[in-house]
Amino acid sequence: MSHFRIDIRQRAEEVLALYPRPRSAMLPLLHLAQEQDGYVSDEGIAEVAELTLTTPADVRGTALFYDMFHLEPVGRYVVGICTNIACLLAGGDELLAHASTSLDCPVGSTSSDGFFSLEETECLADCDFAPCVQVNHRYVRTTTPAAFDAVVAELRAGRLDHDVPQHGTLIRVRRAGGLHAPGAEVAAERSAASAAREARTPKETK
Amino acid sequence: MATLTAPRIVLSRAGYADSHTLTRYLATGGYDGLRKALTMFPEAVASEVDQASLLGRGGAGFPAGRKWSMLRKAPISYLVVNGDESEPATFKDHLLLERDPNQLVEGVIIAAYALQVSSVYIFVRGEFALGLERVQQAVNDAYEIGALGSKIFGSDFSIDVVVHPGAGAYICGEETALIEALEGKRGFPRIKPPFFPAVAGLYGEPTVVNNVETMSNLPWIVNNGGAAFAALGGGRSTGTRLFALAGRVNNPGVFEIEMVKNTFRDLIYDPQLGGGVIDDKKIKAIIPGGVSAPWFGPDLLDLPLGQDEVAEKGSMLGSGSIVVMDETTCVVRAAWRITKFFSRESCGQCTPCREGSGWIERAMYRVEHGGGRMEDIDLLLDLCDNIAPGLTWPPQQTTICVLGPSIPSSVHSAIKMFRDDFVEHVTKGGCPHD
Ligand SMILES: Cc1cc2nc3c(=O)[nH]c(=O)nc-3n(C[C@H](O)[C@H](O)[C@H](O)COP(=O)(O)O)c2cc1C
Ligand code: SF4
Ligand code: FES
Repeated sequence: MSHFRIDIRQRAEEVLALYPRPRSAMLPLLHLAQEQDGYVSDEGIAEVAELTLTTPADVRGTALFYDMFHLEPVGRYVVGICTNIACLLAGGDELLAHASTSLDCPVGSTSSDGFFSLEETECLADCDFAPCVQVNHRYVRTTTPAAFDAVVAELRAGRLDHDVPQHGTLIRVRRAGGLHAPGAEVAAERSAASAAREARTPKETK
Repeated sequence: MATLTAPRIVLSRAGYADSHTLTRYLATGGYDGLRKALTMFPEAVASEVDQASLLGRGGAGFPAGRKWSMLRKAPISYLVVNGDESEPATFKDHLLLERDPNQLVEGVIIAAYALQVSSVYIFVRGEFALGLERVQQAVNDAYEIGALGSKIFGSDFSIDVVVHPGAGAYICGEETALIEALEGKRGFPRIKPPFFPAVAGLYGEPTVVNNVETMSNLPWIVNNGGAAFAALGGGRSTGTRLFALAGRVNNPGVFEIEMVKNTFRDLIYDPQLGGGVIDDKKIKAIIPGGVSAPWFGPDLLDLPLGQDEVAEKGSMLGSGSIVVMDETTCVVRAAWRITKFFSRESCGQCTPCREGSGWIERAMYRVEHGGGRMEDIDLLLDLCDNIAPGLTWPPQQTTICVLGPSIPSSVHSAIKMFRDDFVEHVTKGGCPHD
């Protein structure tokens, strides 16, 4: 029995087909597991292990290395606020403290209504909109406490669902198809190309 | 005054709201470079890039043409594009991925053709959700118009491109860690030698890794010729380059300007660029090339923005990100925060990096938050020296990758330039700015 929903399982198999070795699909498959469950669950880990021909312990150990994978449930909206150098110089610490009070949620935890998780992040590469805020990895570009509260109200009211999908959904654009260049064709082309190159390159004379 | 006469090479479409769409791309010369490249021999394409003397834009600044030609002897199996951009205050690739993904894809196909590689992975930082969607869309579109897949544009060249999402780890920007992540493992940098993935890269096979901005320059170079690119800039630093300017400036952002012809002062003060320091405050220090780089004082503002020029003064242009700190900035806090970043992001394989970063971070925390001791200042220098013996730049390599030896840069710079600030923190028992 597959833990993945039928559509997720199908996407997982499409992803696997893109790599010469199944283990290479580890990160994209973990993202899919997180998309379905909102976090990386034990059942998700087991299924990723099965698909990548590894063990659950191996998958868990790999997932733990990466900050974006949550191995425990998180809020519907994961709010990340950057306090790294550019954001520090623009009041990132102050905005983070404000967010913690305003969401009633200590940094690194989830609010009691399960709506928000709050994280202090490293640089999110949007330093011209410092301090930088991401919700479910979408930039919301609110740099003041008042603007932050306004976005939170919009999120609570469900008015930003189009811009900010629920936690876990990372990439909404699917790959249109699998690999197109058949291996045999590529091999034939490459050997023809290198033969042609040989013919063009003047041989070194001793 | 800044020299702003150079054409926009990678940001030519930045003015359009729909710059990321294929329609806009095709209406503005999109895929002309690839069509032209396919009429040339692969070596001829590589030789244009060599002539352009395009320096890699990922941080190390190695010439792309040289990297490719070193490999001409053994056929390359994979091309991997580095879109992991996580160096603090660097935000140029983010812009290219979101605003001109088709240009990146075209550049990637051109590089693959020059190298005769059929299998390409574009690794995009996981936190760039929109960027990932846009690059995937651009790849889908390229298949649709026949620029990707079997026998592209009717040529004898076939190629597949896969977009691979990262998952949140700065260290995956280091090319061998990135390859490990592509193989589905933890992002542990590989032990050198071999020094280049060209020898043993993805799945142990010869692999070229290049940065997103490096790739994005290729359509223009093929269209206009390597010589036209080399005519811009100066010395070894040819062409334009993206500079990400952040910190205490009126107009932070990403600017594409000619290298060498402009100085740090131009970038920071020109009204069309940084627009000066907030409230006209005085500059205290700048970080010239990402937080791994040693800092400069205001005395070096007239230094040209060139790779060798900055290296001669003991720092690096690195990832092209410049952070301005002014007289209101607490440099102790800034250096502490940067060390905290390294301490969090160290992958943990090497003792000097794993333990050293934590030690320095805790000592810096003490000084900044009260509880610092006078002897902490020299202790900090000693710790720095243990990680990067001699405290020179470029640093001595004591670890598997250069994240470790980059840790001391900010703390060492801050103590060397502003020792009095540290002393004041210790005597006041905390931060005088609080
Ligand atoms: C700790 C560390 C982090 C790095 N991060 C990045 C990065 O985010 N993006 C990037 O392109 N290069 C990064 N690099 C440099 C890469 O290892 C590699 O040199 C580069 O991708 C090569 O591309 P280029 O020659 O086009 O510059 C990093 C290096 C180190 C040591
Ligand atoms: S220097 Fe640091 S980040 Fe680099 S391999 Fe060693 S422990 Fe990991
Ligand atoms: S330092 Fe905060 S987004 Fe870059």
